[in-house]
Amino acid sequence: MDIILLLTGLALIIFVVAVVALMWSVRSGQMDDLDTPALRMLGDDPPPPPNEPL
Amino acid sequence: MSDPRPSGALETFRYDNAIVRLFIIATVVWGIVGMLVGVIISLQLAWPAANLDLPWTTYGRLRPLHTNAVIFAFAGNGIFAAIYYSSQRLLKARMFSDGLSKMHFWGWQAIIVAAAITLPLGITQSKEYAELEWPIDIAIAVVWVAFSVNLMGTIIKRRERHLYVAIWFYLATVVAITLLHVVNSLVIPVTLTKSYPVFAGIQDALVQWWYGHNAVAFLLTTPFLGLMYYFLPKAAGRPIYSYRLSILHFWSLIFLYIWAGPHHLLNAATPEWAQTLGVVFSIMLIAPSWGGMINGYLTLRGAYDRLRTDPVIRFFFLGITYYGMVTFEGSLLSLRDVNALSHNTDWTVAHVHNGALGWVGFMLFGMLYWLVPRMWKTELHSKAIANAHFWLATIGIGIYALSMWTAGIIEGLMQLWFNTDGTLRFRGWSDQLDNIQVLYWVRVVAGLFYLTGLVLMAWNLWATARRGTAVTDDEAQAPALLPEVDLDKQVGEALAKSGQAKVSALHGLVERWPMVFLALIAVAILIGSVAEIIPSLIQGALTPRIASVTPYTALELTGRDIYIREGCNNCHTQMIRTLRAEVARYGDYTRPGEHIYDRPHLWGSRRMGPDLARAGTKLSYAWNFTHTRDPRKVDGSHNSTMPRYPWLYVDEMDLSTVERKLSVLKSAPIYTPYTAREVENAEADARHQAGEIAAILRQDLPTEAGAVQGLENKEIIALIAYLKRLGTDLNKPSAGAP
Repeated sequence: MDIILLLTGLALIIFVVAVVALMWSVRSGQMDDLDTPALRMLGDDPPPPPNEPL
Repeated sequence: MSDPRPSGALETFRYDNAIVRLFIIATVVWGIVGMLVGVIISLQLAWPAANLDLPWTTYGRLRPLHTNAVIFAFAGNGIFAAIYYSSQRLLKARMFSDGLSKMHFWGWQAIIVAAAITLPLGITQSKEYAELEWPIDIAIAVVWVAFSVNLMGTIIKRRERHLYVAIWFYLATVVAITLLHVVNSLVIPVTLTKSYPVFAGIQDALVQWWYGHNAVAFLLTTPFLGLMYYFLPKAAGRPIYSYRLSILHFWSLIFLYIWAGPHHLLNAATPEWAQTLGVVFSIMLIAPSWGGMINGYLTLRGAYDRLRTDPVIRFFFLGITYYGMVTFEGSLLSLRDVNALSHNTDWTVAHVHNGALGWVGFMLFGMLYWLVPRMWKTELHSKAIANAHFWLATIGIGIYALSMWTAGIIEGLMQLWFNTDGTLRFRGWSDQLDNIQVLYWVRVVAGLFYLTGLVLMAWNLWATARRGTAVTDDEAQAPALLPEVDLDKQVGEALAKSGQAKVSALHGLVERWPMVFLALIAVAILIGSVAEIIPSLIQGALTPRIASVTPYTALELTGRDIYIREGCNNCHTQMIRTLRAEVARYGDYTRPGEHIYDRPHLWGSRRMGPDLARAGTKLSYAWNFTHTRDPRKVDGSHNSTMPRYPWLYVDEMDLSTVERKLSVLKSAPIYTPYTAREVENAEADARHQAGEIAAILRQDLPTEAGAVQGLENKEIIALIAYLKRLGTDLNKPSAGAP
């Protein structure tokens, strides 16, 4: 069945994508700090600026 | 709190708010449209005349419009608003391309409009939540790729090194939906408005529910968890209770969800191992799902007092509650014995509405009440109206769930009920309808409650926007991100300096054990998907051929396409499950080999009316003729909820494409064994068979059938030809058999 070849190909592409994503996240230290990101996201809003002409 | 590693110079940039506002407006507008259609079709089930006897407003055509509008237009635009707002701020960057953002928005709205036009016209593939025909499917793929590139590009140019957990949830959505949509939409076009899937029967059903289940997972779950992880802490003013738990439940959710699809095909003509796999993983899904719920609840610790006053916190709190309830309910419904009762009944309808109105709806409402004042730089117009919305929605969904749970359990019990002498207690369908009709009216009221709340919200948000000012861009500042450094190399060098080079490799491994774990999970997901789909396909290819099962004739195929056009599969299944009560009611259980020429499969998922898998063995030509014209005119059917189909007796069947249809079905990769003669003579064969059926009808129903001029050319003849064929092949003496 042709469709098996297609699905296998798709699955292999996803596999490669997932592995690359994980390799990248290991190397860039995404998981090194699992405490501050939760706090950091709270502070990212600037105070409401006055309406300015665009 | 800041990243200890060196960073670049401070940069000033602007967040794109205009695109967020567009998606907000679209969410509200399409939400009202989708739910209004929902109320209309719920009214039709209580009162069939509400379809006005028009083809474009019948239940079978409007139901896909309702589901598509709520899923892809309301929830879809909602998550895009959430993603475009939160991603920019989490990544400290404007969206990658304003052009792609605009293309995403306007392309998506064009797709929705195309759906709203084609579905009422009966242009449909009939596969649930993937009904749109192939040109629209291609447009969806193009727009989705634009969205994906836009999000990935923003991630690449981000100024925040760490990807917050919400971003991971969004990424999972982007990647998974691409794959699911493409694979489930593989068709061979016949015309611009008609196509046949490359999969047939059991394979089509397995691919469809692999898609259907994971569409729930990756369109209605992961992006909404991402939404929760951004907007809930923001609204509560507190960090997520446990960031570690959020990461853990993200990966375990991804790992488990992909396996659970077969629980939509329990007790059916699907491989037993696949069913068991689906059940086991559905039960396991409770853990990561409740991980999310608990994390949400505990994030609200210290903010619970605001439940009394703050509509945002109220909506989020109830949304999270519904998430916990609906994921537990889903696992419960996937148990084979519970499913025997619940499947095909209104219990499933209650379940999906708990998800779509309770979880998806409430999370979006919470987000909108938080976001709209910020996008228009003002205060919410009226907290009192928002609270009124909250109560209307809460009461609405509560009544909805209670009424449909009750209806579903009544239907299940009555269908499974045996007398002591082993005969069915309730043979006909009307006993059941007598008991649930009142609940259909209750459901209409519940829908009106929910819709009224939504309209109040729309007005409230509009008033808020009107008194505020839309600032196109928010200005922000963040240091540039320097190129990534190779940490392993740095660590290695540092360790070598201190004379510990030998242990560095092992140390690095142990230090990063969660990453090793995650890598193993990714491999497991892949193996899981491949192991689940490929054997099913092989099994499909090797499905024991039943010698007596032959392809549909040209006329039957035409009738089948009318069945698809009218959306009959929305209310009638064609799958007799391996349950004693079903065999007693409908006849021999369905064999996979009976459906190898079904493109698409029409197994269905809901029985508003009886199963039709063996309809051809029971109901006469005359009965079908009378019943389809006015279902309430035949014996034992006085309270039927089925629409009338008067136009089938007026409109002439279109045989202009039938030769091409057979030719497409005969071609690769579909290979339906039509002979060259059958293809060439398709139209003549169809006319010949139609003439025979018209003659039978004129004989059996001299007055009614005789009154229809040119009966042999009417669409009803083709439909009856198909209905009379259903399920008859299994016990038909095969031409070649001894």
